[in-house]
Amino acid sequence: MIPDGSLLAAHDLRKTYGSTPALDGASFSVHPGEVVAVMGPSGSGKSTLLHCLAGIITPDSGTITYAGRELSAMPDAERSALRRSDFGFVFQFGQLVPELTCVENVALPLRLNGVRRKAAERTALEWMERLEVDDLGAQRPGEVSGGQGQRVAVARALAGSPKVIFADEPTGALDSLNGERVMELLTEAARSANVAVVLVTHEARVAAYSDRDVTVRDGRARDLEHAV
Amino acid sequence: MSIGHTLLGLLESGPRHGYDLKRTFDEKFGQDRPLHYGQVYSTMSRLLKNGLVEVDGVESEGGPERKRYAITDAGITDVTQWLAQPEKPEPYLQSTLYTKVVLALLTDRSAADLLDAQRSAHLRMMRILTDRKRKGDLADQLICDHALFHLEADLRWLELTAARLDQLAKVVAP
Ligand SMILES: Nc1ncnc2c1ncn2[C@@H]1O[C@H](COP(=O)(O)OP(=O)(O)OP(=O)(O)O)[C@@H](O)[C@H]1O
Ligand SMILES: [Mg+2]
Repeated sequence: MIPDGSLLAAHDLRKTYGSTPALDGASFSVHPGEVVAVMGPSGSGKSTLLHCLAGIITPDSGTITYAGRELSAMPDAERSALRRSDFGFVFQFGQLVPELTCVENVALPLRLNGVRRKAAERTALEWMERLEVDDLGAQRPGEVSGGQGQRVAVARALAGSPKVIFADEPTGALDSLNGERVMELLTEAARSANVAVVLVTHEARVAAYSDRDVTVRDGRARDLEHAV
Repeated sequence: MSIGHTLLGLLESGPRHGYDLKRTFDEKFGQDRPLHYGQVYSTMSRLLKNGLVEVDGVESEGGPERKRYAITDAGITDVTQWLAQPEKPEPYLQSTLYTKVVLALLTDRSAADLLDAQRSAHLRMMRILTDRKRKGDLADQLICDHALFHLEADLRWLELTAARLDQLAKVVAP
């Protein structure tokens, strides 16, 4: 049921909103350090799958296993702690805290995990340098461009040394040149740090940065490479 | 691509031998499909016949005869016209893919599976090109990007067609 060597695996997930089935028997798995693209038409259940995998919402039925532990059986507090220590997130927009500077934003996951401020900001700056935004440390998110903000968000997702990054349309608001640069930097950093990436996108050019792709249709995830 | 015009254009910087032309062409444009010698020589003799190049000198130090070609004024005009003339936007209407989809519907095979398999093959190619782009120089990047945009357009067509298969089935195989 759980594919060999996978870090995170979901089996037969179902989730219904009212009478709308968002997930209808979806299965998925990702290995350590692997970049998997989740594709599919609008409304097919991609975001719902990602939110279930990340423990943000609980499926009606089905199992999610992370590093040998059953996510759905965990108490809420434990799941939140796991999310903070092991997962990073990048969304389309609106994820940075507007009151904090960019470097404080990037340092946030470390601070939440108990790292002291100086050390956290030093690590944050290193990641910002890798994402080519280290000169924006003192700016607030409202004062940087969309593309720069997205790089700051990627730096933040990586700063807490997660095992998995969940990215839902991370380039959705960017032009293709900026979007590709963000993907290049994200996948390069993730691969070198052995971080798995679950990447939701409807853009093939973005998905082409992945190692493998999975298509969601009508709430069912289909792994084409393995299905043939 | 017009090999003739490209070779002509390469001659604008000065006379060259056939071998030199082939090497420069392969280096700049022929990553996936290097020219055959035969192609170079047949192209050059056509350009010669049409007065677009002339023989600038012949060497035969020990080996076989080697002609050196130079571009003529008519040749320069020809290159100018070629560059100024936009390429015909190809609508690819009766593409192989469309034919395959319709044939699958007509013969009660799964058009959806066909589209999925094609989609998967396209994405795999896009992944290879993306990887090559990441490791290459600017010239590689531009060549790969061109291919990537075309594959992406095909993919969008595949997705749209997949979403409209039921409708299409009613039209082509009522
Ligand atoms: N919080 C919610 N309340 C009610 N219905 C929801 C909710 N979230 C999602 N849905 C429904 O579940 C289905 C799947 O939604 P989901 O957001 O997962 O799709 P998606 O594949 O991410 O689409 P998109 O590409 O447009 O982002 C849709 O029909 C959607 O309307
Ligand atoms: Mg979504």
